[in-house]
Amino acid sequence: MTESHSLSAQALTLAYGDRTIVERLDLVIPPGRITAIVGANGCGKSTLLRALARLIPPREGQVVLDGKALHGRPTKEIARTLGLLPQSPIAPEGIAVADLVGRGRHPHQKLMSRWSAHDYEVVARALASTGIEELADRSVDELSGGQRQRAWIAMALAQETDILLLDEPTTFLDVAHQIEVLDLLTDLNREHGTTIVMVLHDMNLAARYADHLFALRAGQVVASGAPHDVLTSELIREVFDLDALVVPDPVSGSPIVLPRGRHHVTAQPEPVQTGASDGHDR
Amino acid sequence: MSADTLVPIAAQAVVAGRRRRARRRTVVTVALALGVVLVFAASLMIGQTIYGLDEVVRVILGETVPGASFTVGELRLPRAVLAILAGFAFGIAGVTFQTMLRNPLASPDIIGITAGASAAAVFGIVVLSLSETAVSVLAVTGGLLTALAIYLLSNKGGFAGTRLILIGIGVAAMLDAAITYVLSKAPSYDLQAAMRWLTGSLNGATWSVVLPLAAASLVLVPALLSRGRDLNVMRLGDDAAASLGVRIHGTRVMVIVAAVALLAFATAATGPIAFVAFMAGPIAARIVGPGGSLLLPSALVGALLVQLADLLGQFAFDSRYPVGVVTGVLGAPFLIYLLIRTNRAGGSL
Repeated sequence: MTESHSLSAQALTLAYGDRTIVERLDLVIPPGRITAIVGANGCGKSTLLRALARLIPPREGQVVLDGKALHGRPTKEIARTLGLLPQSPIAPEGIAVADLVGRGRHPHQKLMSRWSAHDYEVVARALASTGIEELADRSVDELSGGQRQRAWIAMALAQETDILLLDEPTTFLDVAHQIEVLDLLTDLNREHGTTIVMVLHDMNLAARYADHLFALRAGQVVASGAPHDVLTSELIREVFDLDALVVPDPVSGSPIVLPRGRHHVTAQPEPVQTGASDGHDR
Repeated sequence: MSADTLVPIAAQAVVAGRRRRARRRTVVTVALALGVVLVFAASLMIGQTIYGLDEVVRVILGETVPGASFTVGELRLPRAVLAILAGFAFGIAGVTFQTMLRNPLASPDIIGITAGASAAAVFGIVVLSLSETAVSVLAVTGGLLTALAIYLLSNKGGFAGTRLILIGIGVAAMLDAAITYVLSKAPSYDLQAAMRWLTGSLNGATWSVVLPLAAASLVLVPALLSRGRDLNVMRLGDDAAASLGVRIHGTRVMVIVAAVALLAFATAATGPIAFVAFMAGPIAARIVGPGGSLLLPSALVGALLVQLADLLGQFAFDSRYPVGVVTGVLGAPFLIYLLIRTNRAGGSL
């Protein structure tokens, strides 16, 4: 996986029926980097991700992979370069973890062909790198939420694509598992140069883990760039209509968003005191 | 398989696990096929007169055996072949729908497709007084048109499996009402023929009934089996399957057309044998184990169900019952069981 692939949207318009979600949007996914798409509910970020993965045909414009428009190309061929982990995939009842992960080999297999040695090796590696080898023969139904998400990511890894899109890979996970999944994706990016594009709800995790942010508002990119450069209180106001303080995260140095709601806000906005909780006494 | 010498040690566990599950599938599938063959042989031997296996084999090989040539060759053989073909068709068509729509209730006998074929047939017999062949053609057309109507009605604003099932159940109820109405107006000499379209029966089995279904199976069964792997991936959900390179829309249309056509041919031959399409898939899923494609095992379970139910209906009671009555009695409690279970676990198959 050394060659890097390019993925971009050109004047992309997406619509469900006569409801336009995204209008004439242009973006270029930075190859070999981790990109997060952020924005408020309903801003079109999941729709955009699904269109980048050819699951929605463009109303106008196009998604371009390696210089060629996605739409109309053989879908199995695309599936060897571009993978998507949907927000809520369905695990068939009783399926073993190894078999679920093995589904990732589908685009590499012919109609009636058996599994090759390479197929087995890739599945074993995907299980190992997500830390679930010992669960291989267990039923997916028995797994915890975090283990299950790792199994799905292992399936996406088994697909061996250079570009991996993920729709909110951390939803339904507790904070420890969220970090675990994002660390795993970072490993994947650093070790194999896999281009990762994910939709994330959590601005702070997006700012910490992504090299590049796209902030969406009403189907338009309102900011694009490194989290340091684009994540400001003005952007938070524009995207989320929320008053917030943006300060450097003491752990990672990336920007962190501290929302100011109507309650529990001290008079002085700055500086941040760790451990203090003045607000609670009011 | 040559794979185990080439794969690294870490992958050996994956190989072993997959092989274990595959072995169970193979053993169960072979056992089911053997069961079909055994019951087939038994149903040729058993009857008013019991013939030995040697006599049956000689009849099949084309020798003339006094008595047996007619009873076995002309009466029992077409019936036994029809039982297998119809059961196979109902089983594979049923599990295709259940897999594709990820719901055991989505079987074609529940969502009105079989009822469409039956309604067309009853209309053809009672109102149009058509010949047997013309009735079969009409039944196949009726099944396909019903499926098309249900698909179009449920496809408004994006395909949704649950909507299709609910619309199908409504359509089935309407068609059943139509069948009952036509039958209530029917002259008594038509009732005998028309009743077959209500319960499903192998009594009409002759070679002229068997052949169209056999020919259709020869084309449609391989077509369905070739999509087994894609269907299996589609169980992960449309988005996941599409990003794994499955052509969702094309596969769905192709599979629906093949399954409905097969089902309509089977219904034209035997009438709607109740609940076979519905029961075969879930039974197969339980004995085969999760993971693999259910198409072939379900088809074999369907064949076995029809064979056994027909033997029961013919010989287990004082009077003879059509096969559909027996499967109906078995199927109704099974439907209730699945409904309770699906509600509790939200399970798919």
